[in-house]
Amino acid sequence: MTHSAERPLTAMIDPAAGPPDCATYEHNGGWQATRQTIGQRPPAEVIDIVTRSRLRGRGGAGFGTGQKWSFVPKEPASGRRKYLIANADEMEPGTFKDRLLLEGNPLQLIEGMILAAYGVQAGHGIIFLRGEYHLACARLHHAIGEAREQGWLGENILGSGFSFDIHVHSSAGRYICGEETALLTALEGRRATPRSKPPFPQTGGLWGAPSVVNNVETLCNLPHIITNGPEWFAGLGLGEDGGTKIYGVSGRVMKPGAWELPIGTPLRQIIEEHAGGMRPGYRLRALLPGGASTAFLDATALDVAMDYGSVEKAGSRLGTGMAIILDDRTCPIGMIRNLEHFFAQESCGWCTPCRDGLPWVERLLDAIEDGTGQAEDMDQLGRHARMLGAPGRTFCAHAPGAMAPLASGLKLFAADFAAHIQHGRCPQQPGT
Amino acid sequence: MSTADAPLPAPVRAEILALAAQELRPRGASVAALRLVQARFGWVSTPHLHEVAALLGMSADDLDGIATYFNLLFRRPVGRHVVMLCDSVSCWIMGREPLCAHLCRTLGIKPGETTADNAITLLPTVCIGHCDHAPAMLVDSILHGDVDMATLDHLINRLRDTP
Repeated sequence: MTHSAERPLTAMIDPAAGPPDCATYEHNGGWQATRQTIGQRPPAEVIDIVTRSRLRGRGGAGFGTGQKWSFVPKEPASGRRKYLIANADEMEPGTFKDRLLLEGNPLQLIEGMILAAYGVQAGHGIIFLRGEYHLACARLHHAIGEAREQGWLGENILGSGFSFDIHVHSSAGRYICGEETALLTALEGRRATPRSKPPFPQTGGLWGAPSVVNNVETLCNLPHIITNGPEWFAGLGLGEDGGTKIYGVSGRVMKPGAWELPIGTPLRQIIEEHAGGMRPGYRLRALLPGGASTAFLDATALDVAMDYGSVEKAGSRLGTGMAIILDDRTCPIGMIRNLEHFFAQESCGWCTPCRDGLPWVERLLDAIEDGTGQAEDMDQLGRHARMLGAPGRTFCAHAPGAMAPLASGLKLFAADFAAHIQHGRCPQQPGT
Repeated sequence: MSTADAPLPAPVRAEILALAAQELRPRGASVAALRLVQARFGWVSTPHLHEVAALLGMSADDLDGIATYFNLLFRRPVGRHVVMLCDSVSCWIMGREPLCAHLCRTLGIKPGETTADNAITLLPTVCIGHCDHAPAMLVDSILHGDVDMATLDHLINRLRDTP
């Protein structure tokens, strides 16, 4: 049983009561970190604390947060324009953790952004929110208004000379906007295509200004790291990574949902204890451990600790930490076809291998699933998995992410592919 | 002349200019401005697109490149209600295909089309982040989870009666 003190991100979230207002938030320990930090300690100390906490980005890539900030030029907020951007464009299929934080406690995100902005001395904050999150949008606007009214945002916060404000950018749907450089392009009012690096956003981001893009869950950790110290945070993890993680499970389990647990919690505990195990009549066949762009693990991987290093060693990625379960009555080829349809549709079209390769993969999978596939289609799929899956062959990580479930699926479900082609039909249908 | 062909009302134009003024450069407001027009008229007509482009100092083609890029910006008219049934992986596993087929039969349309009475437009949508309650759907701005045939029928009947 996890003690509530050990789930700082969700301790104040009560779906029945709605998000806390400023007074409730403060009563429960909110704003302490801001009071302890803004004008009280040098910005470099905030970066040092976050680095020592071993916080890694929770958006999927897992880059060290303090290290990311350390690349930002050290100029005061009053000098050159700098941006702090919360990436709330949560569109990875199977992932719904940031929604929980945005709807449940938007003030926690706002405080996290104030602390991050102070650390890198950014004066401008933007929450890049996916367009479908209507409730989150309303709650964020309300919380920002309240925080501004009470002096937590705006000019000269706590009389420190530090000024910072936030506005919400409601996006209009496109998965690629979650990629940090595509997000910046979208904010500049252009088609959201990724940019080449360098320059990295930390030195040349939004409108050419230094910009830090952090995931919602990453930022929400900051008030707790500052209040309780980096050693406390680092100690929450079960392995080498620091903190807790919001894990989730969807698919045919008894209790699909999301739970804040120590980072490094084994998959078995997440699936069997928290998600209640498989529904009667269904057996776990495989899973995507961290959303749609991660490689399949089979049922023998249940003892893998859900931290960055352990999942990688098992052949996949922690990603967003939100597992999607494939049961034994759902066709794995159909599932991969669904995933590749998503990736093909959401390719931004900027580079040819991704724009043309992903629809090709989708067509091949359509044929195999519909019973008209040929044996040589397997060679084509394997070639795509190798060519598009290797880093550096495409402009950004979209295509390699798309190839992760395909490449692993070709190995894990080789017999299913062969049966489809041999018998000319799909033996299973979804939703049965 | 439909309202989508009439010039943008003065308050809408003023609001777009205010959005542009908040940005470092006016084009930074392009998505927000298009969303504003869509919220008012249901979609972004070509005359309105041209007006917005002029207000933001962009070419109409440049702005159309953005309007046609994003999934939630509509360049064709939609019905009074927009139903978006999630087509991503968790919902697919949990049975969105038979639900979609049922919806298409009930409404007499395919995804991407609008019913003859202009009440409902059915659109496919990528993951709407409600995977713990799959299959899920968005009806206008309201999220629905754990959708089955019965709740689907109930919802559709209610929408048909709602102006």
